[in-house]
Amino acid sequence: MTKKLLLLFQKNQTDKPIVYHLVKDYGLVVNIFRAKITPDEVGYLVLGVSGEEQDIEKALAFLKSENIEINETDKGIRWDKDVCIQCGNCLSHCPTDSLFVADRKSKRVEYDIDKCIQCLSCIENCPFSACSSIYF
Amino acid sequence: MKTYEEINKKIESGKAVVLTAEEIIDYVDKKGIEKAAKEVDVVTTATFGPMCSSGCFLNFGHSKPRMRITEAWIDDVLCYSGVAAVDIYLGATQLRHNDPANMNYPGEFKFGGGHVIEKLVAGEKCQLFALSYGTDDYPLKEIRTMFDINDLNQAIMVNPRNCYQNYNVAINCSDKTVYTYLGVLKPRMQNLTYCSAGQMAPLLNDPFYETIGIGTSVWLAGSRGTVYAEGTQHNPTCERGENGVPVEGSGTLALSADMKKMKKEFVRGASFKGYGVSVSLGIGIPIPILNEKILKYTTVKNRDIQACVIDYSRDYQYKTGKVLTKVNYEQLIMQDDIEIMGKKVEISSLSSYNKAIEIAEILKDEIKRGDFLVSKPSAPLPMNQSVRGLEIKGGNGK
Repeated sequence: MTKKLLLLFQKNQTDKPIVYHLVKDYGLVVNIFRAKITPDEVGYLVLGVSGEEQDIEKALAFLKSENIEINETDKGIRWDKDVCIQCGNCLSHCPTDSLFVADRKSKRVEYDIDKCIQCLSCIENCPFSACSSIYF
Repeated sequence: MKTYEEINKKIESGKAVVLTAEEIIDYVDKKGIEKAAKEVDVVTTATFGPMCSSGCFLNFGHSKPRMRITEAWIDDVLCYSGVAAVDIYLGATQLRHNDPANMNYPGEFKFGGGHVIEKLVAGEKCQLFALSYGTDDYPLKEIRTMFDINDLNQAIMVNPRNCYQNYNVAINCSDKTVYTYLGVLKPRMQNLTYCSAGQMAPLLNDPFYETIGIGTSVWLAGSRGTVYAEGTQHNPTCERGENGVPVEGSGTLALSADMKKMKKEFVRGASFKGYGVSVSLGIGIPIPILNEKILKYTTVKNRDIQACVIDYSRDYQYKTGKVLTKVNYEQLIMQDDIEIMGKKVEISSLSSYNKAIEIAEILKDEIKRGDFLVSKPSAPLPMNQSVRGLEIKGGNGK
């Protein structure tokens, strides 16, 4: 299975080789979408982890034991459907069709976070700021 | 066949048959033009997109002591105050004071006139800062105060050019990204942007302006407005397809409405990276079905409306007149990508087809309830003029 996670690091945690442990100790395949880890600052890491379910569970337990905050619901990019005017300007800029036409007849746009690779092009291109990012 | 008066009587009695510009297509296919023209009273059209030529006149009322405002900013956005003492005009594309614009290229343009207009319509508090040189009768020289739209005597939207009948499709043939009012265009024709509501668009459903004229009642962002003049750059003698539908910019409308009655979801400030700010507006216009010919025009389909693909890396800037190719709105609205000169090109849009349908439905309901009557124009839009360019002749009287 694959899980997409947003990890939040406290100021004093940014020197730990977390990804190394996920790969080496738990045999997970890691796909990093976006990260900002700077000494003496709060940091974040958005990644996908693939592997056996029990290995992922163990890895999550390890992360928690390291006091790393795991957010499985807010994955770093937000699309506000009430702000979106459904113009479709984002469509040619989103490389993974994470923003897509959900209903062709009424040309209704929706956002699928699981397809999102966090390139941030929607944030640059939306004239109405319907897309936003945490810690941008 | 039907008169405006007859249609309005039916609307007032709650018996009018009203369909949207989308619904009328299947309806006429099923019933035939002759029968449908007898049955249908009104077809509602709509559009929702950036309308740069928009703004509003605001009247603040007089302070104590009085002030003849000569310079004014709302939320740091400069307004035009070369009118009466406490009247000002706020334009949609005005940047905020100290915006670095494109000095940090491409600029972000996060806030400007369009956003102030959105805030006003939403009823949010804004800050007025105004200056004056002071006169005997208007002694005050400076005001800084918070206000919202309800504090104003009038807030009247006055838009010199809205509802472009059709519009260019923008593409970029060069090797570097170009930042335009039609969005960010990636190099080597990777994407394109169009901006029209296609078969929903008001002037594409009345291509020769037979019912839409000066004095026509319109739905402007939820407020009852009017067409007060031809829009600037109104160009009825443009190239038209066999069905009479323009394949380029062509007709435009000048619109006005009371901003206090507008709905915030249809007035949205817009930021275009590397270009500037604007406002996106929702507009609905009813077309009274006076005869079969008028009905026939409202059955126009996306696939029968063409638009010109223009290179916005050079041909647009230098007005070369070159059209790369023509495409139709069925391709633009219904597909994710389109083949242009043998290359697959991703499609973006700045006009919200989804909101256009929503507005046409809202207007349909208002007419069915008897709340919105159709109006006979007091004068038609001009049919025999074109748009001229600016010839640079040298200044300073030389």
